[in-house]
Amino acid sequence: MMQSMDVAVRCRDLRKTYEGNVEAVRGLDLEIYAGECFGLLGPNGAGKTTTIEILEGLLEPTSGEIEILGHHWHTNNRELRELMGISLQETRLAEKLTVYETLELFASFYRRPRPIAEVMAELALTEKSDAWVGKLSGGQKQRLAVATALVANPRILFLDEPTTGLDPQSRRQLWDVIRQFQKQGGTVLLTTHYMDEAERLCDRLAIIDHGLTIAVGTPSEMIESLGAHHRVEFDATGIVAGELEPWRALPGVEAIHEEDGRVVLSVREPHETIPALLAAIQNRHGHLLHLTTRQASLEDVFVHLTGRRLRED
Amino acid sequence: MNNQFEEDRENRDAKVKGPKSGEHGSGSQVSNLDSPASPVRPIPQSPDHPITRSPDLQNTGRWRSYQLLLLARLKEMYREPEVIFWVFIFPILLALGLGIAFRNKPADIIRVALVDGPGAAHAMDLLRPAAAAGTVKAVLLPASEAFNQFRLGKYDLVVTPQAGGFEYLYDPARPESVLARSTTDDALQAAAGRKNSVPTSGRISSEPGARYIDFLIPGLLGMNLMNSGMWGIGFALVDLRQRKLLKRFVASPMRRSDFLLALASSRLILMLLELALLLGFGAMAFHMHVAGSWISILTISTLGALCFGGVGLLTASRAQKIETVSGLINLVMMPMWILSGVFFSYERFPAILQPLIKALPLTALNDALRAAILEGAPITHQAGRLLVLGLWGIVCYLLALRWFRWT
Repeated sequence: MMQSMDVAVRCRDLRKTYEGNVEAVRGLDLEIYAGECFGLLGPNGAGKTTTIEILEGLLEPTSGEIEILGHHWHTNNRELRELMGISLQETRLAEKLTVYETLELFASFYRRPRPIAEVMAELALTEKSDAWVGKLSGGQKQRLAVATALVANPRILFLDEPTTGLDPQSRRQLWDVIRQFQKQGGTVLLTTHYMDEAERLCDRLAIIDHGLTIAVGTPSEMIESLGAHHRVEFDATGIVAGELEPWRALPGVEAIHEEDGRVVLSVREPHETIPALLAAIQNRHGHLLHLTTRQASLEDVFVHLTGRRLRED
Repeated sequence: MNNQFEEDRENRDAKVKGPKSGEHGSGSQVSNLDSPASPVRPIPQSPDHPITRSPDLQNTGRWRSYQLLLLARLKEMYREPEVIFWVFIFPILLALGLGIAFRNKPADIIRVALVDGPGAAHAMDLLRPAAAAGTVKAVLLPASEAFNQFRLGKYDLVVTPQAGGFEYLYDPARPESVLARSTTDDALQAAAGRKNSVPTSGRISSEPGARYIDFLIPGLLGMNLMNSGMWGIGFALVDLRQRKLLKRFVASPMRRSDFLLALASSRLILMLLELALLLGFGAMAFHMHVAGSWISILTISTLGALCFGGVGLLTASRAQKIETVSGLINLVMMPMWILSGVFFSYERFPAILQPLIKALPLTALNDALRAAILEGAPITHQAGRLLVLGLWGIVCYLLALRWFRWT
């Protein structure tokens, strides 16, 4: 009994095969705890949207078990819908309705909605109350989409790529809103293909690729699992493209690969590696063209797990 | 319940996030954002809802969603000027244009080309009384020009004087040409001394009820009900689907029946306006006389609007793109515009097509509207037509129910 309180969303061996045998989700397991912000991170086409739409009860899974806040879709549909706030990927709300009218409409679907003024204030939409949705900026539209979810007064929030296409400021505004909801005890599940979003916003996340979970944990756990926390990226004259072996011998180098024509070293302590690297380049009579160091990110975790970049843009 | 909320509030406030456990992520990011870090956060203790509910703000009334959905639908329509034009202005302009073009005007003057030559002057003399009465206007022309102008439609008839008589050149396919022949012949014969063997007289009738505009207005009404049912339901639904708004609605606890009912209601409200506007316009601009009872006209219109709403729903059941549904809608409507007697009577089509034409919903609607508006036929005499409408509606609704996709 206690266990089902702690876990807000549980799904086991979730599978979804579309007509034409496209396996979008191939046996996915998830456990999302009450009160956490859980992220599904993965490249486009990894199965994130299919997964979240199955959890939202909008798609029927081919097989698998789902339990949300102790309810199941086939037995407690209406009850579940009352408990969750949903923002779909790229919903275009009615352009000729005002912000207030839109929220009033969505609020009317729920038994106990939140006061509209309160939600508008929280999402910085109060000034736009009487503006037509069609006249809003991209960030305001996205905030309104989240507002239609929050006005439900949900216990759990499902957000499918809430910040895709937004400018940095609008993204941060939305992050604050999500944190605010979480502070009030709400559970959040979101999908994203932005690794910085996942790192900064999510308590835990699952990296999804080809319809499978390939890693689950906190962002820091995942990055720590790489061992070497730092990346040294460089380019120089006098080095041979594709020839990585000479650099492996440098002190502190744990792994090595090439990215966009630059050599990327995974190192434990950059201050040990960099002087040796500079010396090695000089020995070869080369000139350094480029050198950056950075901390390892989820992007590196993804590269490490799949051998591919998260986003190809 | 209130105590519960107080408790929740305390839990919330007590639950403060821990500091960041370690810097991670690329250094380029803003660092003052606190990043949630601890993997296992304290779970809210309260067994019930962890978020403050506002018990005072409950949605009262079973029909609130329905009302707001309906209002939203109507607002979206009246805030879209194009809709106003196509639904209200366009049919009026159409009625006005066609009503003027085919208005009952005094009989045209018959234009006769008289071939110059021997006997032409005598013919001109004979036609003088008819010319004075304003029925025939004869012009003297050289032969080649007379035939050429006739061919171009400038004259209805060519009269060539011959030895002791006249020859008429006319086109039996042109009604005005046939009329010109008989009128001119009568005028010539009468002027030459022919006596009528039986006295006859005529009276003129241009009573409202039998004019083209009287035929047209109920047809336009039927066409309008079809158009706005197909676009207002079919197109609107696919538009909502394409915008993923349908999906967004069914992701909420909204009752789907409320949504569909609101859509149907908005259609009926619009129907009332269309009906009042077109009939009002006919009465005001063309002194059209509405013979039937309002109840029967309303009943027929409602049935028609619902029937085409069903057809619209069916065309919208699967289409994902508005381009697809636009094509489908035109495909469904085009044959009926031509066949169902909107602008002209379908009696002109071959007899073999008549049963098929009468089975079309728009034919049934137009016939029923004409019978009610022009003849005052009671609704009970129109059971067959109403049955056709009802069957189309029911079959379409049932199929749509099977196939309709919300997502």
